[in-house]
Amino acid sequence: MKTNDVIIQFTAKIVFFIIFFFAIHIFLAGHYTPGGGFVGGLLASSAIVLLVLAFDITTVRTIIPVTYTTLTAVGLIIALATASFPMLKGDPFFTHYFDYFTLPLIGKTSLHTAMLFDTGVFLVVVGVTMTIIQTIGEDE
Amino acid sequence: MNNFVLLPIIIPFFFGMVLMFGQKSLRFQRGGAMLGLILAFASAVSLLFKVKEDGVQKLTFGGWPEPFGITMVSDMVSALLVTTTLLLAIFIVWYSFNSIGTAREQFYYYPAIMMIITGVNGAFTTGDIFNMFVFFEVLLMASYVLIVLGGTRAQLAGSIKYILINVISSALFVIAIAYLYAVIGSLNMADISVKIAEINQPAIITVIAVLFLMVFGLKAAIFPLYFWLPTSYAAAPPPVLALFGALLTKVGVYAIMRTYTLFFIHDTAYTHELLLWLSVFTILAGCIGALAYFDVKQIIIYNIVIAVGVILFGVAQMNETGLQGAMFYLIHDMIIKAALFMLVGIIVYKTGTTNLRKMGGLMKSSPTLGWFYLIAAFGLAGIPPLSGFVGKLLIAKGGFEAGNMWSSLFVLATSLLVLLSVIRIFIYAFWGEEKPVQPILTKAETTKLFIPTAIVILISIAYGVGAEYLTPFMSDAGKLLADPSIYVDAVLKGE
Repeated sequence: MKTNDVIIQFTAKIVFFIIFFFAIHIFLAGHYTPGGGFVGGLLASSAIVLLVLAFDITTVRTIIPVTYTTLTAVGLIIALATASFPMLKGDPFFTHYFDYFTLPLIGKTSLHTAMLFDTGVFLVVVGVTMTIIQTIGEDE
Repeated sequence: MNNFVLLPIIIPFFFGMVLMFGQKSLRFQRGGAMLGLILAFASAVSLLFKVKEDGVQKLTFGGWPEPFGITMVSDMVSALLVTTTLLLAIFIVWYSFNSIGTAREQFYYYPAIMMIITGVNGAFTTGDIFNMFVFFEVLLMASYVLIVLGGTRAQLAGSIKYILINVISSALFVIAIAYLYAVIGSLNMADISVKIAEINQPAIITVIAVLFLMVFGLKAAIFPLYFWLPTSYAAAPPPVLALFGALLTKVGVYAIMRTYTLFFIHDTAYTHELLLWLSVFTILAGCIGALAYFDVKQIIIYNIVIAVGVILFGVAQMNETGLQGAMFYLIHDMIIKAALFMLVGIIVYKTGTTNLRKMGGLMKSSPTLGWFYLIAAFGLAGIPPLSGFVGKLLIAKGGFEAGNMWSSLFVLATSLLVLLSVIRIFIYAFWGEEKPVQPILTKAETTKLFIPTAIVILISIAYGVGAEYLTPFMSDAGKLLADPSIYVDAVLKGE
């Protein structure tokens, strides 16, 4: 009997975007409300896992052509670079800077270098989670 | 404020991340690992001289005031250990080039080594007890990778034990920190030291002291808690074993040394007496194991246990001589254990077996190896001009000064058993009739392995002969350990 997964595939396509945008929201809101890089990363990878469930690993790899180990390394480098940057200015390691900017559409916003560090964490979490799931999933 | 303190940690970390790219290119992997370690070593040496000249160096992350941020403290103890770690890592990585095999090299072997070095250096440098836990985890995670990488049957069996015991001890570590935090309310090590002195160590702190001894004892393999070490370590391939034998248990020893000289110093009649007896039993248990086996790896592995006992015996004396001796012996033991595991690795690669009864007559085919082994064995036992002598002498002297006459004599007497255990390898493997062997590596390949090994042994000879030049560094370290106020003042009041 031929199985038909039209419904799960169609739903996954929509739900993927909902989860992914929620992940970005949680990630951006981390400074003032619960959330941050770690949960954001986990949510983003859960969105990708949903795609893996609805389709299969090879299809997802063509949709998102990312090597996850590289993603992990890039995330680590971003985090380290954010932490080490103050050393060049003569400040202690891990000093963070922030300022207020007036951005178009959003208005007055505070931008903080902790955000860059969180980006690193986000990428590492996505990279590690997806590496684990992919390697176990592909194991024969 | 001094970012310099961080370089020996950041450089290996950075190179570890860079090496995650270009997984298949051997030249990139080897060159990157070597470059990273050499740069880190250079920074560690200049840090060592800076500490010698200007005293304790510290850095609090993000420029926060002292007890509130994470402080990294590089005093003489940590600077010496960091330098030794990087020096040995260079030679062990060099040794790996020709021994670990390309399959492993292409599967994140060097990134794991760099992460283990990051963790070890971080644990030696940190001035925050929870941060120490985090660095312990960094080095443990990387060591899990290294012990299991390759996936042979023995490695899988050994790594299960190793991971299980370390997960349990890490959980205990978190619980111990939670208790300490509940009593003291601070995680900064200098601040904890001040606050324990203020409340004059009530009984609950003594309980926490014993809990810390259990935690670090599991990592350092002291007497009742060393049971996991022989089987787990025997599973690792020779270069990994050299790295583990030289560095990992020493981190536990350092942690005991630090907590027992900085935190728990007000009820020494109980805590240090316990440490003294445990270290004596550790030496005894190690000696029994080292003499019982006919397996070259096991003999040297049990010698790790003995050395841990000797160092902690020096720490338990709580006087400057004993602590200075412990420092001397700790550095000596890191160097000599790396050398011995590298030598034993070569013997195993040459004969294809770890069983002493199946070896013999290696002196005829490789006399240089034999003589270098003999020097390393004498160095381990502490024959005067060589490296083990000064440390053990000072430890025994410290023991006599503290009035522990019989146990000090016991420590001295066990040197003979140590010598016997390693000389047995010499007698069985190098003397006698040549026996049929199935070498794992060819003669040309083992010759390449011999160069880094020989250099490490030469370093150990220089360490013994040049003890006079090292004494100022070691006496600074001994003073610092014996008098916690130097450390506390440097962290909380300096700059």
